[in-house]
Amino acid sequence: MLPMWFNKWNRENPTNIYGPAILVGAAGVAVTVAAFIVVVGQPFKTESLQTGPRGTGMSRPEFVNQIRDADPTIAAYLGRDQITEEDIAGVSDAALANLPPNLPDISDERYAELIVAMRAWTGIPDLMEDPDSYQTQVAYTMIGMTQSINENWIGHVQSNAEVGVSCYSCHRGQPVPSEIWFRMGPVNEATEGWAAVQNRVTVQSQYTSLPSDALETYLLDYGRIGVHDLEAHVAAYPSEEGYPTWQDTERTFSLMNYVSNSLGVNCVFCHNSRAFYDVEQVTPQWSTEMLGISMVQEINNEWLVPLEGLYPPERLGPVFADAPKAACKTCHKGYQRPLQGLNVIGAWPELANIDPVLD
Amino acid sequence: MAEYQNIFTQVQVQGTPEWGLETEQSGRERMGKPGFSTLVGWIGNAQLGPIWLGWTGMVSLATGILALNIIGLNMLAQVDWSIPEFIRQLFWLALEPPSPEYGLRFPPLQDGGWYIIASFFLLVSVMSWWARSYLLAMEHKMGKHVFWAFGSAIWLFLVLGLFRPILMGSWSEGVPYGIFPHLDWTTAFSIRYGNLYYNPFHCLSIVFLYGSVLLFAMHGATILAVTRYGGDRELEQIVDRGTAVERAALFWRWTMGFNATMEGIHRWAWWFAVLTPITGGIGILLTGTVVDNWFIWAQEHHFAPMYDGSYGYEAYGSYEAFIGQEN
Repeated sequence: MLPMWFNKWNRENPTNIYGPAILVGAAGVAVTVAAFIVVVGQPFKTESLQTGPRGTGMSRPEFVNQIRDADPTIAAYLGRDQITEEDIAGVSDAALANLPPNLPDISDERYAELIVAMRAWTGIPDLMEDPDSYQTQVAYTMIGMTQSINENWIGHVQSNAEVGVSCYSCHRGQPVPSEIWFRMGPVNEATEGWAAVQNRVTVQSQYTSLPSDALETYLLDYGRIGVHDLEAHVAAYPSEEGYPTWQDTERTFSLMNYVSNSLGVNCVFCHNSRAFYDVEQVTPQWSTEMLGISMVQEINNEWLVPLEGLYPPERLGPVFADAPKAACKTCHKGYQRPLQGLNVIGAWPELANIDPVLD
Repeated sequence: MAEYQNIFTQVQVQGTPEWGLETEQSGRERMGKPGFSTLVGWIGNAQLGPIWLGWTGMVSLATGILALNIIGLNMLAQVDWSIPEFIRQLFWLALEPPSPEYGLRFPPLQDGGWYIIASFFLLVSVMSWWARSYLLAMEHKMGKHVFWAFGSAIWLFLVLGLFRPILMGSWSEGVPYGIFPHLDWTTAFSIRYGNLYYNPFHCLSIVFLYGSVLLFAMHGATILAVTRYGGDRELEQIVDRGTAVERAALFWRWTMGFNATMEGIHRWAWWFAVLTPITGGIGILLTGTVVDNWFIWAQEHHFAPMYDGSYGYEAYGSYEAFIGQEN
């Protein structure tokens, strides 16, 4: 096929073409990639939020593509100004007849708006219709809880701006909010004590081998979150009561890892990681978080656990048939601020205070 | 030229198997028919076997297998004897030390008892393997350098599993036998005692560890680079210095003003390697026994400086700007 002289010349001049071919190929790819980056830009650009003094490595790096994507549930939020006359007309007189005990003085018009909103927020179309349904009963308590959170825990839910919480903060259009949790007890067979509560892939351990009982210990049972000695030398032994063991450290680590995943941040968002315990080397967010922990303890013990008797069996926990509980992720859903700081109480004074004064 | 620029060994010897020295006991206790493997020859000697186990080797293997089986069967029991679950959870599972309240008493089997039993067999296994390294060196009329080097690793092993738990008065201080769990322990141990990076012996251990890596890379590279001049015959070059050593020495003297010798470099390497677990072990032994918070200890000894600057992102930027929603 090729001319004779060409084949002859090749035969007489054997040349290694593979070496140069690899070289040229590699150089060509490098030039193409470089041109691509110059023209199109760095496809994996990151941005950092500095959180502490220079030299401590305190920053929160994120891929720009990911951090700039708005929380998709924000678009699905029903604001007061979006409620139409038609929506209000759809609320039956039966529903309006039963005022929640936490809102004794609310006007029919306001209550109708609230019902429309609550049905959209929780995805329960007949919520508040039948006062005897367990969902309506739970909703009465939840209105009280929302008011209590907004008034008593203002330091957490409005630490930077008017944000607050409403039903939507946890429910996001779902009758059962995502990221709720139940008591789990031992996760391993044939073991007792320390060995029984860890080393399994569970949601509670956030898929680590750390203890699975951290949420239960700290956010339900008021366990002491403290792992360090506050002096260089301490005379104490692990077998003594109250000594913070490395097992307690692992459990705390499990909780902190959960918090970290819940907020989409890392350790140095709150701590200077060289001295986790030192309150002189923490960010203001650490205080917000401490309030958050106390808030969750109260939410669970004073509001959610007492609801146990109201739920049907399929809403109870798989191991202990206990009431569903909340923690950081139930509301934050992986965002530093839930709904990225969307103000959900500005238009809803009914939910913003205990005993709200409504004009 | 290319044969000196290869990741694999270029010279393989395959032929009549070499049986090694005839010693008083070797003939009786040497086991296995020697064979050759080209694949193995790429990374070392192509000849495999025979092996000389001796009584120490037998004890070590038997107790080691026992310890490993106790650990494995405990993990299997934890997943209710389900093999698929055992495979899925393998990296998460562990045989954990007892709960803290038992102190140095023997705990129930389900709560650390099996851990103590497995640890005992592991101890016997490691110690008899250590004895074996001594006996084998004796048999070959060698120095006991390998024995002592292994001893330094055993020191760290004993500190972690035996000496420190006894000083702390609780077997619960032991390290779990599991892939991820022992890593959890390592992190928790550092955080519990106020950041192990401020422990000077931890610092020393890191120096020797990274130093070992650097020395190994420098030495390996140097010898390979002068192999063409006979530099790989290191022992001969110690007493009969040839052009390989001259060039290697000159290279480093011109590079950094100082060079080791063919003998000295091996002493450097041995000491760096041995000092890694020795200093590390001292650091672990002091933690929780003598010093309970290394960061505060470092502050008291004036080597934990405070940083200037604000804490909290508000001083540096805003959340809205970070998520691209600044108005």
